[in-house]
Amino acid sequence: MRTETPRSELSPRARVALYGLLCVLAIPFVFPTWWMVTSSVKPISDIFAFPPELIPSRFDWSTYAEVFKLQPFAQQYWNSCYIAAIVTVGTMAVSSLAGYAFARIKFPGANLIFMVVLLGLLIPSEVTIVPLFQMFLKWGLVNTHWPLILVPIFGAPSVFATFVMRQFFIALPVELEEAAKVDGLSRFGIFWQIALPLAKPALAAVAIFTFLHSWNLYLEPIVFLTTPANFTLPQALTQYVDVYQGPMWNTQLAAATLTALPVLVVFIFAQRQFIEGLAHTGLKG
Amino acid sequence: MPTAALTADRSRKRPFWTMERRDSLVGYLFIAPQLVGIVLFVLIPLGLVIWYSLHEWNVLAGTFRFVGDANYQKLAADPALGDVLGATAIFSAGLVVFNLSLALLLAILVNQKLRGITVFRTIFFSPVVVSLVAWTIVWSFLLQANGGINGLLQLIGISGPNWLRSPPTAMASVIVVQVFKNVGLNMVLFLAALQGVPRELYEAARVDGASRFTQFHAITVPLISPTILLTMIITIVGSLQVFAQIAVLTQGGPGMSTTVLVYYLYQQAFQFHRFGYGATISILLFLIVAVLTFAQWQMRKRIVFYEN
Repeated sequence: MRTETPRSELSPRARVALYGLLCVLAIPFVFPTWWMVTSSVKPISDIFAFPPELIPSRFDWSTYAEVFKLQPFAQQYWNSCYIAAIVTVGTMAVSSLAGYAFARIKFPGANLIFMVVLLGLLIPSEVTIVPLFQMFLKWGLVNTHWPLILVPIFGAPSVFATFVMRQFFIALPVELEEAAKVDGLSRFGIFWQIALPLAKPALAAVAIFTFLHSWNLYLEPIVFLTTPANFTLPQALTQYVDVYQGPMWNTQLAAATLTALPVLVVFIFAQRQFIEGLAHTGLKG
Repeated sequence: MPTAALTADRSRKRPFWTMERRDSLVGYLFIAPQLVGIVLFVLIPLGLVIWYSLHEWNVLAGTFRFVGDANYQKLAADPALGDVLGATAIFSAGLVVFNLSLALLLAILVNQKLRGITVFRTIFFSPVVVSLVAWTIVWSFLLQANGGINGLLQLIGISGPNWLRSPPTAMASVIVVQVFKNVGLNMVLFLAALQGVPRELYEAARVDGASRFTQFHAITVPLISPTILLTMIITIVGSLQVFAQIAVLTQGGPGMSTTVLVYYLYQQAFQFHRFGYGATISILLFLIVAVLTFAQWQMRKRIVFYEN
């Protein structure tokens, strides 16, 4: 998002029309979140009121207590947080090392190995979910968090990160490293002290999309996890149902609010980094 | 080259570990975690999924026996296959068309020099960071017969359908929910591409009297075509992997109308415990992704006019 002198080519009328159009288009993006937050604090009798109450007239905060009573929600929250944190840091490590090697180090078979690694981009993780389940079952790791940690860090999901890092390191000027080599720095030293600090924008992008990917995983948790104390947030959200398997709307929406709002708030404060980071991966990818 | 001199110097002291060899070793060590992961979590499972697909494997019945291509024949004759592939194709096509055109429209709008435009960028992008299941749950709440959408429609005198309970509106709903969730990502990619188009081209075109439409058609589209292709690939491959939205919104229904391939795979393997048959569906998914990727790769040569 570069800053330039504004083009004064739009007439005032065009500008008003443009703002109007933008506001209308914004509704489907804003309204669901607004509806989620406001419905979560309405008494159950009001959440299907007609006409719909855009601003709640009565507040009922007890649903938020229900969220924690019906399930070990704090535990589930922690599960999602720590899994996403480990996966993010692990992916940054694995992908920056591999990306650097593919971009900068000449070793026999590099191209062939790169092709093999790229296969990970071609094969959606859904294709391998059946054998992965059997493998982790054999290793006694079903209903643990290991599948949700190991597969994203080392398997197919980190290949995209490796690709992004490689593209970034290729674009980095070689001269910086040549100088360091003459000064007697080891390969790892060059990587750690010179290349990696310069790669912060790419690392940030990798961190953001890896975190979001882990945070949103749904198929894998419902396949691998069986006891509520081990559940992650997306899986836990769908468990707020009554005896007829009908959703308990207010509780579900309160839990959804607790899940969605923290990341949304972080995003609003750091939106430049988010948007530019993700744009960067798309462009370089 | 200074490297060569250094190497010669080192090799005199250490005959085996030359600079090249040490560098190669470091290279292998650097890629080792990723390579081991790909072998263990992608290649071996891919081999296993082929192996499983040749077996009748029902965990509940305790059977695991070699049946050759029986699962493939069963899949080809599966009366549900047509519905599943149809639902998958409709979802992908609807998603790609709606997502890319809305993304491009939004990118053009937020590329205008207007006060406060970053607020709109933030708004359009924000669902990307909202938890997928949370977003989907809110929409399933909104789309109920007596939910918020129909409540709002009723205010202007329209009585809306039960969106998720009748076939055409159920599929449309799933597509719309998914588009608003992720269109911000494509918007950002398009925005970056639009900002990379040299201003001078538009100025020259304006001097020549080209209309806004002509400018868009003759300058913008060709110059951002690599990004169009990239977003298309990302969106199509992503659309084939849709699962959580279906599981939360419709559970594949009504009937089979929203049972896409991954959801069918999940049902067969993990709900009905037919792992051999599930593996066969996985192979079908893999083949579709492979063919699409190859086709897009070929298309790249034809429709991409400009690349760095």
